[in-house]
Amino acid sequence: MSLEYIETFLFTAVRIATPIMYVALCSTIALQGGLTNMAAESMMLISAITGVIFSAISQNLLIGILAGMMSSILITLFLCFAAFVMKVDLYLMSIALNTAMSGATIYIMYVLTGNKANTAGYFASLQMPNIQIPIIKDIPIIGNILSGHNGFTYLAIIMIFVVWFIIFRTKLGLRIRAVGQNPQAAESVGINPSKIYTISFVMASAIASLGGMFLSMGYQNMFIRDMTGGKGFIGMAAATIAGASPVGSALLAVVFGVADAVTHYSKLYITDAQFLSAMPYIITTVLLFILSYIRLKNSEHDMRKRKAAALKAHEENV
Amino acid sequence: MAKELLKMEGITKIYGNGFMANKDITFTVNEGEIHALLGENGAGKTTLMKILFGLENCQQGKIYLNGQEAHIENPLDAIAKGVGMVHQHFMLVPNLSVAENVVLGIEPGPGQIFDKKTAVRMTEEASEKFQLKVDPNALVRDISVGLKQKVELLKALIRGVKVLILDEPTAVLTPQEVRELFVQLKTLRENGYGIIFISHKLDEVMELCDSATILRHGRVTGFVKKEEMNEIVLSKLIVGRDVVSTMEKKESTAGDTVLKVRNVTYVDDIGKKLVDDVSFGVRAGEIVGIAGVEGNGQNEISEIITGLLHMTKGTVSINGKETTGLNISQIRKLGLAHISEDRMTYGCAQDMSIYDNLSSIYLDNPKFTKGVFVNQKALNQYVKDCIEEFEIACDSEKSPIRMLSGGNIQKVIVAREFTSGANIIIANQPTRGIDVGTASLIHRLLQKYTREKGFAVLLISSDLNEVMNLSDRLLIMRDGKIAAQFTDMKKVNDELMGEYMLGIKKMTEEERGDLH
Ligand SMILES: Nc1ncnc2c1ncn2[C@@H]1O[C@H](COP(=O)(O)OP(=O)(O)OP(=O)(O)O)[C@@H](O)[C@H]1O
Ligand SMILES: [Mg+2]
Repeated sequence: MSLEYIETFLFTAVRIATPIMYVALCSTIALQGGLTNMAAESMMLISAITGVIFSAISQNLLIGILAGMMSSILITLFLCFAAFVMKVDLYLMSIALNTAMSGATIYIMYVLTGNKANTAGYFASLQMPNIQIPIIKDIPIIGNILSGHNGFTYLAIIMIFVVWFIIFRTKLGLRIRAVGQNPQAAESVGINPSKIYTISFVMASAIASLGGMFLSMGYQNMFIRDMTGGKGFIGMAAATIAGASPVGSALLAVVFGVADAVTHYSKLYITDAQFLSAMPYIITTVLLFILSYIRLKNSEHDMRKRKAAALKAHEENV
Repeated sequence: MAKELLKMEGITKIYGNGFMANKDITFTVNEGEIHALLGENGAGKTTLMKILFGLENCQQGKIYLNGQEAHIENPLDAIAKGVGMVHQHFMLVPNLSVAENVVLGIEPGPGQIFDKKTAVRMTEEASEKFQLKVDPNALVRDISVGLKQKVELLKALIRGVKVLILDEPTAVLTPQEVRELFVQLKTLRENGYGIIFISHKLDEVMELCDSATILRHGRVTGFVKKEEMNEIVLSKLIVGRDVVSTMEKKESTAGDTVLKVRNVTYVDDIGKKLVDDVSFGVRAGEIVGIAGVEGNGQNEISEIITGLLHMTKGTVSINGKETTGLNISQIRKLGLAHISEDRMTYGCAQDMSIYDNLSSIYLDNPKFTKGVFVNQKALNQYVKDCIEEFEIACDSEKSPIRMLSGGNIQKVIVAREFTSGANIIIANQPTRGIDVGTASLIHRLLQKYTREKGFAVLLISSDLNEVMNLSDRLLIMRDGKIAAQFTDMKKVNDELMGEYMLGIKKMTEEERGDLH
């Protein structure tokens, strides 16, 4: 295997990981607030198509992205209204929304273009450019893997820190965590859990929308039906396994990107299409298994250490 | 004349299901006063406090704070107007630090940024000022119950409340922690705070409180000043009749050893030996008490016997069969019943009805089944009998457990366990949080079942009077070992027990005698 081959392989892995990273971060925020975000698929789909249409019409990339983000926030507000005001089950509602958005995006596309498969040829979406990172691009090997990615990929990396900052360094983040672990306790000091849930879901939807638009306006320049292909759930799994840690979920997203890339490259050797299509999920499942196990062991170890420390501190006090 | 901090006047509360929990209640709390609120389980104490704290609304009545009428809409409003509450079930976020819990909702810092350092400093300052020692950086889930309560107190005090409600604060504390809490509460009293103290332990009330208001069936039935307080007066006002506290104790006629604990050792996950090579037995027809300062292995013993915890070494046998390798339900079938210390977690299913909770363990009992079907009639009769014999106060057997008052929940569990067909009962703190009347009912039942039906009872309790009065044989645990055994209960008193509990004295193996 040549060096170049490995470089391209890892480059592909980072590219594939980008949307998963966004979803993982989006799920992280929701999870910190105590809820699982199962609607990431619909958030990505609606923003992917809205972004394409608006950027094509306005011929302005920023307007396209903002419009995509708004569409994702709008359906999320609807979801929150249903779940937290009308008290419909959040998870049933999320799944229903996913099905509805898969159909709705195809319908919108059909009405506007007459085509049910993709928007190519009707809407020429503007695309986020690829960016060469100065200095890094000149480092051998690393440069070839990390430089030259799409703008959305770098934005995702920035988002890791943004999300981390929001959760661990702001008042809102503290309240999100408090509500996530003990809503009654938060309520008893005047924090309204429904409000916190809604805010965290809206933030999550803004992040998910960037993942959706990476697909249609970064990697591609068109909307393709069901182009998210289950990434919303893989990202959700990454966040759950990483225990809702922003950095951990993003790293796991990269691991899943590697799994996907492996599949991609196995095409040269494996010809069974059915097996190939199942492969990323098989690899993902196995990885999840191993990682959960490691995490469980680690957390047990941590707990022991912390308990021992607490005990010692107490004994010293007495 | 002390200044009046709080007055509740003519409070009437009817719950959504038409149940009148408070009827025309009036009482006042002065500056620098600790005021006890007493009453049977279900008398309406918690309800009244929920109204004061804005968690429930009332149909009639007025609340005055500092002489001015106040409308309290919600807990936040209550805190803003100077009323704080420490709930019986703590309102803390386990994965946040002590400091983060204390400042939650009033976080310091510029704009949206949370300034953790200032939060820690604020907590330290308050902890200093109110003499409540806590480590601001520890995670709440790692600290003891006693410390958690201090965090709750700090949470209220840092928000500047003047009236503090404590709903059964001592029910979950060890005797030492209770001592400490009392010192702190007395300091607050000196600083002019008004404290409402709810408890079922009359000795605590007499030691700490300046006056007491007694409720029964939602009405005020009495007001007593410190000078007039004594156990007889208080319990009569609470129950409405004289409570026979000194029981006629019949001689026990002990039979075979049915519960055997042999060389049991338990090492926890941080490598601490909590139970150290303990052996003893309980014979049919006797009550064996275990006393000790909490945390000396008593809980672990009870959890090991019932199968909640796996011992590191040793064996336990029930009616002659070893329990090693069996699960909880298999162990129960050998003839063991368990009244758990933590009734909310292990004792009952909160959202299910009294009926379902009572019948849950009988669904595979031949007495109540016809083939694969449940014999509804027999089950109905059984539930009715239970409610009657154990005096469970409820609207209907179909109401969910969580709508009952704390003491009535305990009665449901006691009823189920006493009638489960088992002949060995592990009673771990069976009367914690229970009023004097019900406690004496449970005591009488324990006696009756051992004397008349030959039950073997292992009673674990931090209430020294309880173990002294009930036990036929008393063991004292210290550092995971049995430090003493008393077979003649007439020779035992608090002081003697205390010496062994604190490790000042220790019995040799001969002095201890046969542990069976
Ligand atoms: N949400 C509710 N709906 C209907 N009835 C209720 C509700 N909450 C409590 N009750 C009833 O009101 C009565 C008073 O309950 P409360 O909790 O105030 O008693 P308590 O004096 O605090 O008793 P305990 O000492 O056992 O804690 C009980 O009979 C209880 O069943
Ligand atoms: Mg109560």
